[in-house]
Amino acid sequence: MQVANKLSPFFENLNFERDDNTMVINFGPQHPSAHGQLRLVLELDGEQVVKAYPDIGYLHRGIEKMAENMTYNEFLPTTDRLDYIASTSNNYAYALAVEKLLGIEAPRRAQVIRTMLLELNRVISHLFFLATHALDVGAMSVFLYAFREREFAMDLMEDYCGARLTHSAVRIGGVPLDLPANWLENLAVFCDKVEYELEHTYEALLTENRIWKMRLEDVGVISAEDALNWGCTGVMLRGSGVKYDIRKEEPYELYAELDFDVPVSQRCDSYGRYRLYMEEMKQSVRIMRQLIPMYAQTQPQLMAHAPQYISATKEDIMTQNYALMQHFVLVTQGMRPPKGEVYVPTESPKGELGFYIKSEGEPYAYRLKCRAPSFFHTGLLQKLLVGTYIADVVTIIGTTNIVFGEVDR
Amino acid sequence: MRKYVPKDNVQGKSYYTDRFWVAPRVPREEVRDTHFTGVVATLGVLVKEAHVELGQLIVHIEARDNVAVIKVLKETCGYTQCSEQSAVDYLAKDGEFELFYQLLNVNEAKRVRVLCRIKKGEAIESIVPLFNSANFAEREMFDMFGIKVNNHPFLKRILMPDDWEGHPLLKTYPLQGDEFASWYEVDKIFGKEYRDIIGPENRDPAKVDRHDTKRFARIGYEVPFGVDNTAGETQKEIEYSETLLVNYNKKESKTLDKRR
Repeated sequence: MQVANKLSPFFENLNFERDDNTMVINFGPQHPSAHGQLRLVLELDGEQVVKAYPDIGYLHRGIEKMAENMTYNEFLPTTDRLDYIASTSNNYAYALAVEKLLGIEAPRRAQVIRTMLLELNRVISHLFFLATHALDVGAMSVFLYAFREREFAMDLMEDYCGARLTHSAVRIGGVPLDLPANWLENLAVFCDKVEYELEHTYEALLTENRIWKMRLEDVGVISAEDALNWGCTGVMLRGSGVKYDIRKEEPYELYAELDFDVPVSQRCDSYGRYRLYMEEMKQSVRIMRQLIPMYAQTQPQLMAHAPQYISATKEDIMTQNYALMQHFVLVTQGMRPPKGEVYVPTESPKGELGFYIKSEGEPYAYRLKCRAPSFFHTGLLQKLLVGTYIADVVTIIGTTNIVFGEVDR
Repeated sequence: MRKYVPKDNVQGKSYYTDRFWVAPRVPREEVRDTHFTGVVATLGVLVKEAHVELGQLIVHIEARDNVAVIKVLKETCGYTQCSEQSAVDYLAKDGEFELFYQLLNVNEAKRVRVLCRIKKGEAIESIVPLFNSANFAEREMFDMFGIKVNNHPFLKRILMPDDWEGHPLLKTYPLQGDEFASWYEVDKIFGKEYRDIIGPENRDPAKVDRHDTKRFARIGYEVPFGVDNTAGETQKEIEYSETLLVNYNKKESKTLDKRR
């Protein structure tokens, strides 16, 4: 008999003794398929889920609270820790929100670099999704292949900004660095590589694989109405037949000029979503290919010219007195955006990542709310899992593509 | 005189603000867009004030009308998704919370933000019957601000532990956490009586306790493990190994100028 104490409390499974005989099990927070720190309390009738209760907060770091205590530029590296699979998309969403508030626009070259990085991050994130999802479902080798290509993409990121996971590769008002030598050539090689591997490895291994189809088809079915009602965005929404991509509908950065398609699936199940992820990677490659020649036509300016908010270039700071004074004030006090509020949605690899910023004219944001797509996708689990079998739970968690950095914030 | 520090807002503040600095404001435009004009007309008297800020319609309403307004927006105006819902703490300034509902019209690609204000201690009606996405969002708002939501299906803390005291996103809640937060683990695992034995949490990772004889704090002055040396300690010189160019053991290498 176990003795319960404060260190190891003893939970008796009361429901198991009842006549109707349901069983309550804890899925996570240490489960390898829980994608981080998801604790899922499942009530099972035999093998069928009767009730699902996602319990989150194991990775809560108070990022919104930290935003109220940091100047706008100080907070930017913290956004890396939201969706740590694709950090640049968080940096960008935050930088864009602040830029909207300030009323400035990044110069053309910065826009080209940012869009490239965003799409590269989308590929990194989707490859990670593919790898872990396939691994969860039981396809080990896809994991190895997908991580191989993801490694190349992360090498490109490392070449650009020096970091592989927490990039901070975007600044408010532009980008910190120009592209290093040979980066575009490497990107072109990477595009070819990913496109080839998509067709000949991943799709060849999975798309018509009958085990894969049996595990994914008609699993995790979300109707279009439910998807909208539960706040699904990104692939979760388009997988249910609603054609809404923020890059197309509310274009930001260079997306209005670029030619790409928004894939939609009417299947509403995990298999349809898997196909969308593959298709989106192809579209990302297509976008990156269009961006490569655009880079050469731009001027070398990387940061927007707004002396009230953004420091001048290093050269100006070192040679011109007034630029140095501005820089000193901006570093020691931080920029003071005008009073107002802004909500800027962006299409991150996971869905709609938006930052709501309320500014009172101080160097500290009065309130910052991060609208994280995974948070709402986790909420959907309490509807989606009911009625499914325990074997499909892992597939459904995988298909929602949640990352706990941004669920718990 | 000690500088006055307001207790009702303990968040980050700039240490210097120009006396004559007046913060500019993001321009609030009139509602001219045909779609937004239609929305405001449909809502009619429910709208207290409406304007467009940075491309999105902002509608101010009474807090008691929130379900009615959002129902009209959803069913008549086609705002079929509630992207986000949360609050802003204005207790220090106005004694109120400002709640916002961020809605999206997928067909028109338009966004509306519904704002309302409630006093401290007042509750708000849940919009979960209209939008299930508000389920988690309202729970988070309750967790972070302590705003009660009437008729919510499962109003419980979501990010913080269930037995937590205080609401972290309030302006009165310090970034470092309060008294309760600093003893939370000790109280929970060992009990309050262990606070003295365990001591406060060390938030300085570089801190070295000079009387600690258990955790390698005495490098160069080794004493037996766990010995109490608070009374006094014998100095033991460090002897460095001989090197070719520099003699580290030499004592008289550096002397201060006598005049200082």
